[in-house]
Amino acid sequence: MRLLLRGGRVVDPANRINTVTCVLVEDGRIAAIGDIPGEESADSGTNVIDCSGKIVCPGFIDLHAHLREPGYEYKEDILTGSRAAAAGGFTTVCAMPNTNPVVDNGAVAGYVARRAREVGIVNVLPIGSITKGQDGEELSEMAELVQAGCVAVSDDGKPVMRSDIMRHALDYARMFDIPVLSHCEDINLSRDGQMHEGFRSTIYGLQGIPAEAEEIMVSRDVMLAKLTGGRLHICHVSTIESLKIIQRAKAEGVRITCEATPHHLTLTDEAVGSYDADTKVNPPLRSEEHVAALREAVASGLVDCIATDHAPHHVESKDCEYGAAAFGISGLETAVALIMDRLVNTGALQLCTAIALLTTRPAKILGIDKGTLTPGSPADITVIDPDEVRTVDPRRFYSKGKNTPYKGVQLRGWPWMTIVDGRIVFKEGIVTEMKL
Amino acid sequence: MNFDERKDLLGLKDLSKEEIELILDTAVPMKDVIRREIKKVPALRGKGMITVFYENSTRTRTSFELAGKYLSADTSNLAVSTSSVQKGESLKDTIKTIEMMGPDILVMRHSMSGAPHYVARNTTMRVINAGDGTNEHPTQALLDMFSIRERKGTLEGLKVAIVGDILHSRVARSNIYGLSKFGCEVRVVGPSTLMPPEIERLGVKQYFDLKEGISGVDVINVLRIQRERQRTGLFPSLDEYAELYMLRPEHLKFAGDDAIVLHPGPMNRGIEISTELAESPNTLVNEQVANGVAVRMALLFLMMGGRKDEIAA
Repeated sequence: MRLLLRGGRVVDPANRINTVTCVLVEDGRIAAIGDIPGEESADSGTNVIDCSGKIVCPGFIDLHAHLREPGYEYKEDILTGSRAAAAGGFTTVCAMPNTNPVVDNGAVAGYVARRAREVGIVNVLPIGSITKGQDGEELSEMAELVQAGCVAVSDDGKPVMRSDIMRHALDYARMFDIPVLSHCEDINLSRDGQMHEGFRSTIYGLQGIPAEAEEIMVSRDVMLAKLTGGRLHICHVSTIESLKIIQRAKAEGVRITCEATPHHLTLTDEAVGSYDADTKVNPPLRSEEHVAALREAVASGLVDCIATDHAPHHVESKDCEYGAAAFGISGLETAVALIMDRLVNTGALQLCTAIALLTTRPAKILGIDKGTLTPGSPADITVIDPDEVRTVDPRRFYSKGKNTPYKGVQLRGWPWMTIVDGRIVFKEGIVTEMKL
Repeated sequence: MNFDERKDLLGLKDLSKEEIELILDTAVPMKDVIRREIKKVPALRGKGMITVFYENSTRTRTSFELAGKYLSADTSNLAVSTSSVQKGESLKDTIKTIEMMGPDILVMRHSMSGAPHYVARNTTMRVINAGDGTNEHPTQALLDMFSIRERKGTLEGLKVAIVGDILHSRVARSNIYGLSKFGCEVRVVGPSTLMPPEIERLGVKQYFDLKEGISGVDVINVLRIQRERQRTGLFPSLDEYAELYMLRPEHLKFAGDDAIVLHPGPMNRGIEISTELAESPNTLVNEQVANGVAVRMALLFLMMGGRKDEIAA
């Protein structure tokens, strides 16, 4: 079985390719990149896809998504989450462990990995919890988690408040060379907060979450990473001072990386003024100066990757009073279009930088052999149509989570095709599934 | 000028000076109605009004109910503690249920900021915000402004100090929005921990010292201090709060001549206001309550399509 993607702009940051050419896929692997003669593509066994006008890149990797299974299948499950990933142009997603039960042991991690293989749409890599039950008190059995396929540990959704436990986590994780993904939030400072603290929290009358709730923990974790030599990855970085701390830490050689979400790059806390709970997210949408700094840090390379923090919720948790609503945005199916429309099309970010932030960079953080079109590697490919204009309509989401603050927003530049292991799993708006 | 274009009254933030003036002017003849032998005009006959309070209140709810009754509206109250809310019903479902019973106006109080905005989007009823979380309490500010204007003759250019827990006060916010539209110099006075972030960007000046803050002002609006705030570590004790911020008669010499004192009630005597001052003729607490009914009558009347000149007849 051969697949030939013909005539697209191939952008493969790892191999420094950015040119109009062809990609040949054979037996689920990248066979060749370059000009493929016409007669070869005329071979009846080859599925030739005309990619002219499209952008052909390595499959996108989201190292931060909540797929909710097991336990919260009413919000999302591995099947719907995988479909959403495919529709969003992601070929690999990492599933956060704040499920029920928590992914704090090999059995649950194994379940997630097995269920993802059964579903068979995209690659789903489990993340184990840092602490048992995400209680922040005792380390999870990391060797067992890694054995079961976990690529990282995180208590995401909750911070590890105890500094001694976080120290041990960073130290212990060194043995497996996995990153510790840290949700930085001092819960004593953020308590009861609904939105970013500042002028807008004053005029909207909502309890604020100060930027310092994040920054204090980023600062602490940097010091602990320095102390232990562990690999620290800061989730959803969102403030000026966090970025400064990370920049300084990197300069000092601390093993630290960080991610930014599409929503923190494209929305400010002004959106909260509607009291539409779809704008409620943690960390909260920040004010203009933070958003500008984050955009700059993404363009400069200080931010290592883009991750969605896909947090699907049931409508009842969002269609309610702002203070009663859950935190989170359903992000898998809008991430790429937001990056294209708001960052690439506006000139804020080079296309090849954007692609790297979604491919080689997250792959490097996770230490996985993905994110390139190098011949011989698994054929995970995302094709973008840079000219497609579409209005975000959550009713058409594959995700169960319709909670997006971008509903009704028109964006240009959407995923056009998603290929996993040489199979087309998404094409022109439709997820095409394997056996179930 | 009328309220035909405005479905709801959610706050003073988005109200124009002209709209506020219209409400205050309409409240003048309404106050006469309350003083009549027969306190009833047929203006809202055949209209339904329901009050739904998700937070305790005696005076605001009763004030709205009487305002509706004096205008001949059929009024009803959903007692939240005995309703299906206790059985876990969502706000959206509760509001839909009420809407199907047919009232025209929903008066709502809720502990969460923005709840009336959410409800207003989801119902055909006209929604009046009777206080939402720490956001706005527009009718309280309107009655404060009415009381000030009645006593001072005008609002234009007055100096007004709001004293107390500004951070959690919806009364303070609505007063700031309203008074600023009349060119008032608004000051906020209170402990630094009870000041909202960047409050001065609203054009107000903040003071931590009571005497300094009320120096030369025409009006002092004293806010109720919520006793439970102390437990969250925002200030050390009620005793120290009273020591620093309790308004006493001797303070009035720092204020301007004939300065008046307002309090939205209920008062914590001996904490934010001394008993002697609470009972002084400079303190309008009781008049505020009476004016509250008049202002709410004016608002209900205008929102149901009434014209200012109709009521004087």
